[in-house]
Amino acid sequence: MAMLPREGAALAERVLQGDRRAVARAITLVESRDPEGRALMAALYPRTGRAAVVGVTGPPGSGKSTLVDRLIEHHRKAGRTVGVIAVDPSSPFTGGALLGDRVRMEKRATDPDVFIRSMATRGHLGGLSRAAADAARILDASGKDVVLVETVGVGQAEVDVVRLAETVLVVAVPGMGDEIQNIKAGLMEIGDVFVVNKADREGADRTVAELQAWLEHSAAGWSPPVVRTVAATGQGVEELAGEIGKHREWLLAHGGMEAKRRQQAEAELLDAAGEAAVRAARASPRYQKAVEAVARREADPYTALGEL
Amino acid sequence: MTERKIRVLVAKPGLDGHDRGAKVIARALRDAGMEVIYTGLRQTPEQVAEAAVQEDVDVVALSLLSGAHMTLMPRVVELLRQKDASDIVVLGGGVIPPDDAAELKKRGVREIFGPGTPTDVIVDYVRKAAAARAA
Repeated sequence: MAMLPREGAALAERVLQGDRRAVARAITLVESRDPEGRALMAALYPRTGRAAVVGVTGPPGSGKSTLVDRLIEHHRKAGRTVGVIAVDPSSPFTGGALLGDRVRMEKRATDPDVFIRSMATRGHLGGLSRAAADAARILDASGKDVVLVETVGVGQAEVDVVRLAETVLVVAVPGMGDEIQNIKAGLMEIGDVFVVNKADREGADRTVAELQAWLEHSAAGWSPPVVRTVAATGQGVEELAGEIGKHREWLLAHGGMEAKRRQQAEAELLDAAGEAAVRAARASPRYQKAVEAVARREADPYTALGEL
Repeated sequence: MTERKIRVLVAKPGLDGHDRGAKVIARALRDAGMEVIYTGLRQTPEQVAEAAVQEDVDVVALSLLSGAHMTLMPRVVELLRQKDASDIVVLGGGVIPPDDAAELKKRGVREIFGPGTPTDVIVDYVRKAAAARAA
């Protein structure tokens, strides 16, 4: 077993007690892929797996943050504690990011039983899903009953993020050429519950019908429902929360939870393996030389890797 | 392979709805490669301080044009202290008379930037403050 640096151990202890400053520091460590973050996760991981983790994804402007805010409200009324990870893209040019999801959740800012963290996609090579998964586990370990992970469903990295959830919500809105766009983005395959938000708008019936038509052809087992919501007013949110609960019950009743956890374990392990391989390659003293050799066509990437 | 980013909370406590300045600053910091958490208008000092803790920011930049800076800015500083987060640097911006600025600095606001301050001056200040904090 790896040695646990004392600071990491002390931090883990405070996370388990639900200390907010410690939770925030811990997320920074895993987000920065700090070596200390690994020691921290080693200490926390056995204490995770208790929270219900729900992913929320969909195109920009579909009202995900407002919907998340409503779900927080729902769970708080039921006395459940809630953690939120809200992922927004970093600029590929400057590496900076403007993270504004908190604006929609400001009413929860001072609720001691809600913890909201904004996260930028950064440039990690596939590290986003690792960092977001670790952050969700930290919130789980800190004692949150429900963890909501919100991300824009645009790229593979973002889609991978919500896969860490047991239940994935895919949010669509009327009149965005939804069906084809969603299929293209690969969102149809990952949704456990579909939401047509802004359902008071024209075209909502059609969007619901299109989604249902597509879902009819999905594999046997859980059949994903399509729920209409108006997040701005809260309409349909209770029904949505009910469907999320049903999906969790279904997973538990049909052995789906075990299968899902196994899949996640495999994904997390492979993610970690990929990350370790990247780290090792970069740490090699011959790394720069290898890059140059490949650039000059003196070596191919596969041979160069073998020599690192 | 660690990549620690500078994180800044840009907040508008108080009741004025003038967020142009805050947005300009938010954008300048983002363009300088920082992660900026924007919290929107009319935040209470409690909301600002709690968000700063949860987001684990290096710097809180407060924009205030309502004239309530003498109350609200030191309140954010005080709340951060209570949350064991006095290492987070608090900066202020807005129309703030020099005497008030001097008093605010005595009460824990690290620096005050008046109207017309070039954004790169602020970017540079934030960068140095974050570096000093990490050291």
